[in-house]
Amino acid sequence: MKAVEDAKQAVQGAASAVMAKAVQMAPDSWMPGGKPDPLIRAQHGHVGRPISRVDGPVKVQGAAPYAAEFPLDGMLYAALVFSTIAKGKITALDTDAAEAATGVKLVMTYRNAPRMKPMPLFMTSEKACGGNDLPVMQDAQVYWNGEPVALVLADTQEQADHAASLIHVAFEEEHAITALAEAKAKGVEPGQFMGQPLKFENGAAEQALADAAHKVDQRYTTPRHSHNAIELHAVAVAWEGDRLRVHDATQMVAHSAWSLGHVFGIAEDQVHVTSPFVGGGFGGKGLWQHQVLAAAAAKLAGRPVRLMLSREGVYRIVGGRTITEQRVALGADAEGRFDALIHTGTTAMSHHNVLPEPFILPARSAYATKTMKLDVEVAYLDMVANTFMRAPGEAVGTFALESAIDELAHDMGVDPIELRLRNEPDKDPTTGAPFSSREVEKAFRDGAERFGWANRQAPGTRREGEWLIGTGVATATYPYYRMPGGAARITLTPNGAAIDIAAHDMGMGTATAQTQVAADRLGLDMAQVTFNYGDSTLPGVVMAGGSQQTAAIGASVMAAHRALVTELLKLAGNDSPLAGLDADEVVGVNGGLAKIDDASAHESYASILARAQRNELVVEAEPPSPLETTHWSMHSHGAMFCEVRVNAVTGELRVSRFLGSFDCGRILNPKTAASQFRGGIIMGLGLALMEETQYDERSGRIMNPSLAEYHVPVHMDVPEIEVMWTDIPDPHAPMGARGVGEIGITGVAAAVANAVFNATGKRVRDLPITLDKLL
Amino acid sequence: MTPFSFNRATDRDQALTLATRGARFLGGGTNLVDLMRETVERPAALADVTGLSREISETPDGGLMIGAAVTNSALAAHAAVRTRYPVLSRAILAGASAQIRNMATVGGNLLQRTRCTHFYDVEGSRCNKRQPGQGCDARGGFNRIHAILGASDACVATHPSDMCVALAALDALVHLASASGTRTLSLTELHRLPGDQPQIDTVLEPGELITAVELPASALAAHSTYRKVRDRASYAFSLISVAAAIEVEDGRIEDVRLALGGVAHKPWRATRAEESLRGQPASLDTFRAAAEAELAAAVPLSENGFKIELAKRTITAVLAELAGVDA
Amino acid sequence: MPITINGSPVPIPSDPRVSLLDLLREELHLSGTKKGCNQGACGACTVLVDGERIVSCLALAVQYDGRKVTTIEGLADGNGLHPLQAAFIEHDGFQCGYCTPGQICSAVAMAGEIARGMPSHVTGELDSGTITLTRDEVRERMSGNLCRCGAHNGIVDAILEVYGTADARVLEAAE
Repeated sequence: MKAVEDAKQAVQGAASAVMAKAVQMAPDSWMPGGKPDPLIRAQHGHVGRPISRVDGPVKVQGAAPYAAEFPLDGMLYAALVFSTIAKGKITALDTDAAEAATGVKLVMTYRNAPRMKPMPLFMTSEKACGGNDLPVMQDAQVYWNGEPVALVLADTQEQADHAASLIHVAFEEEHAITALAEAKAKGVEPGQFMGQPLKFENGAAEQALADAAHKVDQRYTTPRHSHNAIELHAVAVAWEGDRLRVHDATQMVAHSAWSLGHVFGIAEDQVHVTSPFVGGGFGGKGLWQHQVLAAAAAKLAGRPVRLMLSREGVYRIVGGRTITEQRVALGADAEGRFDALIHTGTTAMSHHNVLPEPFILPARSAYATKTMKLDVEVAYLDMVANTFMRAPGEAVGTFALESAIDELAHDMGVDPIELRLRNEPDKDPTTGAPFSSREVEKAFRDGAERFGWANRQAPGTRREGEWLIGTGVATATYPYYRMPGGAARITLTPNGAAIDIAAHDMGMGTATAQTQVAADRLGLDMAQVTFNYGDSTLPGVVMAGGSQQTAAIGASVMAAHRALVTELLKLAGNDSPLAGLDADEVVGVNGGLAKIDDASAHESYASILARAQRNELVVEAEPPSPLETTHWSMHSHGAMFCEVRVNAVTGELRVSRFLGSFDCGRILNPKTAASQFRGGIIMGLGLALMEETQYDERSGRIMNPSLAEYHVPVHMDVPEIEVMWTDIPDPHAPMGARGVGEIGITGVAAAVANAVFNATGKRVRDLPITLDKLL
Repeated sequence: MTPFSFNRATDRDQALTLATRGARFLGGGTNLVDLMRETVERPAALADVTGLSREISETPDGGLMIGAAVTNSALAAHAAVRTRYPVLSRAILAGASAQIRNMATVGGNLLQRTRCTHFYDVEGSRCNKRQPGQGCDARGGFNRIHAILGASDACVATHPSDMCVALAALDALVHLASASGTRTLSLTELHRLPGDQPQIDTVLEPGELITAVELPASALAAHSTYRKVRDRASYAFSLISVAAAIEVEDGRIEDVRLALGGVAHKPWRATRAEESLRGQPASLDTFRAAAEAELAAAVPLSENGFKIELAKRTITAVLAELAGVDA
Repeated sequence: MPITINGSPVPIPSDPRVSLLDLLREELHLSGTKKGCNQGACGACTVLVDGERIVSCLALAVQYDGRKVTTIEGLADGNGLHPLQAAFIEHDGFQCGYCTPGQICSAVAMAGEIARGMPSHVTGELDSGTITLTRDEVRERMSGNLCRCGAHNGIVDAILEVYGTADARVLEAAE
């Protein structure tokens, strides 16, 4: 079964490689709209202005409704019981006491759960989004420690929680692979990511390394991480006949509707998923078993159900970032030019998901090198399915790669920024594609000046009292993605326009930035534009992931706008000042359309609609396939500068300054983009300093399922963070903008570790950098 | 949470009567409510004692009497505590968050239970403290925050309080009441080492109520401080903490109080170190030697060996700072 | 005695297990107070009781009879925004918005603590009686409110704008 899937994936991978080559050879017209977005040229509209969030007032007043805040008539509360073994069978289920407890309306186990298909596994088809593809409470088999084995419905949450504690489950354990060493000993397999092998070789890299004038060859390790959005995963569901209504906290409404339909054997349009506000996602708010279980229980009970996971429940059911063991070896000539770049290693994965943490992604495009060897191997564990977490691959891959570069620079006595810039590639090192836009040097030079990089001292030479002080730098990098499936609808009325798209705003500022963009595209004030999202009945299949929404929504709205303008010009007819013009010759301005180079040739939307005796005009369109991502190598970059203080007595590590200098194309909203950059950097500080999901290798159980025991940065850990950007538009991206959501977390851990070395002379190659490693 | 009956005690007698009927005392709830929700604790009845004494008053001996229902915030902010027992203010302010300090009572803080994650994992881990005789999964599991002193085969848990470490250094007394009368203990006698009965945290009898904590008069205490070392800059339980007070005259240590947190099943009064310090010259060498003496009996677990050196360094630095000796 | 919530009397729940947080969210539909951990570890459920901040998830509602509770919904006078709510918007002191009500309630109470001279872990002199609201003081005092989106800088900026004294700002600049 596994072999067949692998073969299928390999064939798909080969086919897409052939396609990729064909696209690369094609002319520059492979891009959304066929030519650069005209909005890139517009400099006087809303785009680029630091506009406060459109949803700010409701959020600060506590009036924004999140998934657990939709009370449904007759709603029951759910609580879960989790397995305590990693593999085996349920041999006994004692639910009598729970069923007899006050307020209890249903106890659901595999014995009475409705028959359901497994969730369609994320990325195995266009709209599949299950976090795993295991049977959901369908039989006695247990697949991971923490798997739901029973669900209770009661009139109140207190009753449900108590009844759940009365359920006794007996298990027969089978040998589970829970230790990484045992998993590796059983054999590793090649990793695959988005249908492509996580493997690349160019030349004889090991030989080139052996022959190199300068070299480093080190091992770096990173632990498991949990998203820990402050909002607990929650869902409220109600069946209306054979239609399922779902109030969810999700980054993928359309995917969820389709996938839930698949599970329950109904069409996707019989499932209505909304998610107007999401209290943080970071990759964790997808489709996991709790939504399926809630819907199943609601079906059995014939009542609406709310299931809000406990914090422990989130850790038990929702996977996080998995563990990595990485080798980075760099060989350089006398001038520091890379002869060899080797980035290989192992990551752990469950048998039931699709994401081997792809830590080699940064190395694919970051540096020029004569030879290269990249490889991710997968060891399989019996554990909760790991998943995407902010910058999967890059967040931890840059720790290893960018630490190694710092080590090489130190060994060679070269400034680490200069070493990086000496290895700037002139085309994509792995695909050979041209870069769409690459301003790495400017990001470094501008950042270095602002940070005062020139004042850096030799390792271990700055001290204030007990505190050793040092600075470090690293490259941040994240690709531009635009996934297929975009579509948008524009409803134009005499007074304004509504944009409808099944996209998401978990706090990234999407609704605000896209309102700005749409207002400029249409030539309206922001107050005249409504941006509707977070509803599976809206057009498009737009996941909030891969930092792709800016591009995906942008391209969709561009396409819809073009259709709108085409329709408007038809409606305008021969009596309009716009008569005879085509869609390429007009722009939206002053509440109507005008000839690009002659503002006097203008007619308002109200006028066009009135003459055509229309109250509104509705258009919907899909953007072209995202072939720009194949034709060009499209990546954002950043230069991350960090100052740390390490206590010479206790080893305590504090980050005292941080600066991120980014090249992400055009910045649509400096206020919300700065928050995205800072947010990524702060999560990166957590990754560097303190974060670790403790997985007990004896039992396969997560042992710190708690915000008290899993440390995320608190206010006192977070210094003032400076952010700046080149603001140079990418001519091949809608609005000239590449996404900004994930790049902030990349490079941070290496910048911190490199600063720690500068402060103390100690290299820490194992995250997190806790004080015991610095004593 | 298991169902329970709830009563508010309006005075001590009522509280004790409720206790004789099996009620557990409830203070601010910051620990007990959490443990009940996790089903680590399943009391059938609660007696809310937050309505009992919230007074801080001067004792005839020049010390302070602190009602058990005084909140942690109120105690830390009290003017006499800040000036005469700064180590106590500092310790409280180093713990938890402002919100929790506003809720938590002095009595409740004394009776906090360990943060061992295996103790909390009711369904999935073995724990002798939670279920006597079950075994201990922490020993071969996650034990970074666990004990290096005074542990037993049965249990390696630590007491999580910061406040108690300061109280241990201050020779604080704990006033108790029960249906059979009242008694007073030294704070250092209140908490037990785990031995083979780790399920018992303190020497309190069933139904016995903490009514007050008394700080004896101490000139030494005015020159005291608390240093806490933890895994993030705020809002984390300690890895190591040190409460100390020292009096130096003509370069010699006249008197000293030293207690450690994060090292044992109880707040750890460092008597060996104190003995080795008294009368000695106030120097880094003396301080380090005292720390070595106190930690000589330390036994590391798989993940917490670093705490031995960390404790020695922190003790040395705190004493040096208080004594005005350059590190 | 009832609990007074945002000025209105509310009866004590009959089930003593009901937390103040669940009373607010489930019985009164005051869902501005958020549940992020239900274990006192995140601060999202912060409310004011008689002007002091607590985590409502660890508060059994029955313990709060006769007390005055203020939630995010009751913070502003009338229908407008509390100055701190406005400052949070201006300084982008949030992204997803989920920790925001707790951060705002916490900061409002923190300002009261500063005014009363309550010291913190980073206060230099314990016996001085007055507190200067430096950036470090705000960061330490707000550390009981987690934010996973990373809006910390904006939160501190908003608080300093509303509550920072001129002296505090000068002190910051001098650092």
